[in-house]
Amino acid sequence: MSNQKTAAPNRRDILFVATGAATAVATGAAVWPLIAQMNPDASTLALASTELDISGISEGQIVTVKWRGKPVFVRRRTKKEIEEAVNTPLAELPDPQPDSARVKKPEWLVVVGVCTHLGCIPLGHEGEFDGWFCPCHGSTYDTSGRIRSGPAPSNLEVPQYSFLSDAKIKIG
Amino acid sequence: MSGHSTYTPKSAFARWLERRLPLLSFIHASFVAFPTPKNLNYFWTFGAILSFMLVAQILTGVVLAMHYTPETTLAFNSIEHIMRDVNWGGVLRYAHASGASMFFLAAYIHMFRGMYYGSYKAPRELLWILGVILFLLMMATGFLGYVLPWGQMSFWAATVITNLFSAIPYVGNAITTWLLGGYSVDNPTLNRFYALHYLLPFIVAAVVGLHVWALHVVGQNNPTGIEVKDEAKETVPFSPHATLKDSVGLVLFLVLYAWLTFFVPNYLLHPDNYIEANPLVTPAHIVPEWYFLPFYAILRAIPNKLLGVIALFASIIIVAALPWLDTSRVRSAVYRPAFKKLFWVFVAACLGLGYLGAQPAEGVYLIAGRILMAYYFFHFLALMPALGKIEKTSPVPDSIEEACRAASAARADAAKKAKAHA
Repeated sequence: MSNQKTAAPNRRDILFVATGAATAVATGAAVWPLIAQMNPDASTLALASTELDISGISEGQIVTVKWRGKPVFVRRRTKKEIEEAVNTPLAELPDPQPDSARVKKPEWLVVVGVCTHLGCIPLGHEGEFDGWFCPCHGSTYDTSGRIRSGPAPSNLEVPQYSFLSDAKIKIG
Repeated sequence: MSGHSTYTPKSAFARWLERRLPLLSFIHASFVAFPTPKNLNYFWTFGAILSFMLVAQILTGVVLAMHYTPETTLAFNSIEHIMRDVNWGGVLRYAHASGASMFFLAAYIHMFRGMYYGSYKAPRELLWILGVILFLLMMATGFLGYVLPWGQMSFWAATVITNLFSAIPYVGNAITTWLLGGYSVDNPTLNRFYALHYLLPFIVAAVVGLHVWALHVVGQNNPTGIEVKDEAKETVPFSPHATLKDSVGLVLFLVLYAWLTFFVPNYLLHPDNYIEANPLVTPAHIVPEWYFLPFYAILRAIPNKLLGVIALFASIIIVAALPWLDTSRVRSAVYRPAFKKLFWVFVAACLGLGYLGAQPAEGVYLIAGRILMAYYFFHFLALMPALGKIEKTSPVPDSIEEACRAASAARADAAKKAKAHA
């Protein structure tokens, strides 16, 4: 056996490998729909954007809108809240991000209202940083929606949005 | 330990069947003639109790499924429909809900029994691992079922648990979206949870089959932890001995189950779950069902998302490694004086974690949670390996027979002394 030279692949070997490869591809093709069906369907994907009239929101107020089944907080920040957010040294932040990178107009903060820890809805105007406090596991966020303490790993997500006019924004 | 089946088919039909499919002799060998150690105590009845609970949950679950609607706008009301309109619906739902609690109670006693008497040690490692798999499947089934009533706790439990997977680096969010079928818990989530909640109990039943099969290959452990040496002297046939003892244990267990179902059905449920799910408001206190509390406390003890999730899963998986972590050559705590004490410390730590899981995650509760979590892992990773090497065990009898004789002699002695005093 040990002296036997490796024979050149013959017709049978090629057929064997080709059959095996075809079987693997076919199995994959058969299994894929079974797995992919669990991803968001077309009707879920269709609900991708929401518009909001912001003219009625007064200073200091937080309005919650539903976008993709999740709450989005639209917060009209007061002067003091903006100052707090801008003047926080980046070194104090677990997930360093300047306030300017999180807003389009300093007065308006738009963030997804889902705690980045395990998905609860944080409560507005609470916690020691005047931003949000998550009642589930105690994460606190500041007036820029940045994580300051607690188990959440990152800042509240800023969704894609644009100002259609001074009084209207489109989320998504 | 093979059951020496003495089964001989009596009727013509049984003989006909036996030649084609030896089902009757299989049942006879497994559940009638099967030799069980004669010194088993009532903690050994929980296997039968768990089997009963599985059947009870499947039966009540299947009939509830005939009246429940897995659709977000209808689910909550369909539960009230079951409670108010369906014949016996209230009893059936309460039996199913408290059944889950009783199922977990029995499973925990069963597991602690195994830990105390060293039932996981060779050659029963695979039996033990199958048990841990069953526990994981039970947890999944219990969680999925809890989401179905579509109350506030249901919704937020689903949110928190599916978000555990978002802690996985890089692919976490994609996995969570895939699990949910959307960007948040919604109708696709409820639908698939219902389908899986119906499926998993049958997978549990299949794994129970393997668990019992493995048990019947290696035989039961017993309170002395000594293997059976003389089948004739040290074992009794499963029927009637184990069957009847199991029945007594089951009836006592059913008293508690019936009390929970008929007298205090909401004792273990959360009032918040009688408020319909609202994706825009998280309840002030999110607390899982009692049987998840120790693990929830471990999750919250770590102020880092990924590490918290890893600790949560590790605390369950580590149980499966127990056969290799425990280095003691003596099985049963009966002959391990130090382990016997540490076992109860471990039980206390688990109960303590359970208590802390229900408290707000702040201040002194958080610190206590960290200490107990550290102890939990210390027990498995340091105490179990070290203790087996340094512990001075008490003398282990040669056989079950000898242990029984010594025990009855001690009893007779004590009775004599008591008489002399009287």
